[in-house]
Amino acid sequence: MPTPQELKRRIEAAIPNASADVESADNVHFSARVVSPEFVAKSRVQQHRMVYDVFDGQLGGDIHALQLRTEVP
Amino acid sequence: MSDTQIREAIQEAIRDNDVVVFMKGTPQQPMCGFSARTVAALQEMQTPFAAVDIMPDPRIRQELSGLSGWPTIPQLFVKGELVGGCDIIVEMYESGELAQTLGIEAPQDAPEQAPDAAASAAPTLQPENRL
Repeated sequence: MPTPQELKRRIEAAIPNASADVESADNVHFSARVVSPEFVAKSRVQQHRMVYDVFDGQLGGDIHALQLRTEVP
Repeated sequence: MSDTQIREAIQEAIRDNDVVVFMKGTPQQPMCGFSARTVAALQEMQTPFAAVDIMPDPRIRQELSGLSGWPTIPQLFVKGELVGGCDIIVEMYESGELAQTLGIEAPQDAPEQAPDAAASAAPTLQPENRL
């Protein structure tokens, strides 16, 4: 079962200079706030896609839901 | 209906409606909290929108996500462009960008915080109409 620590590590490894705060009460539904300079000049859809891409195929599966907020530093 | 027909029907819905949301259930009876919250935010904007229920056939969601490159439901399209899912819509509602994107003035009486889905969400015991 994925953990918030695992999601945090994977987001930060995949998106340059990202800093992620990930929470979960049940390790199935997650909530993440991700800050990265890579998000500059990108639409929210593009920003969220970058995070979704990290978990390609897992969303809706063992990561049942990922509530997401993306920000530029 | 073939997969191609489903795909064409989705493209047509996106093309023919300035504002269209693909959701679980209907605006009157949303079947998921995220869809309920998105619809509640749209309803506060008091602007007409079309809604497509993705639940009657699992291929609708499959084809939609294939087209949009977006893995989750709901998905809001404005003038043919994917604007986002629930998190983005709520964030845009609260920053005022949703009204801007819809090309309207936010109604005076719209609450500052996006309305909670709880009020309009379907009862949790409602069976899902998955095929």
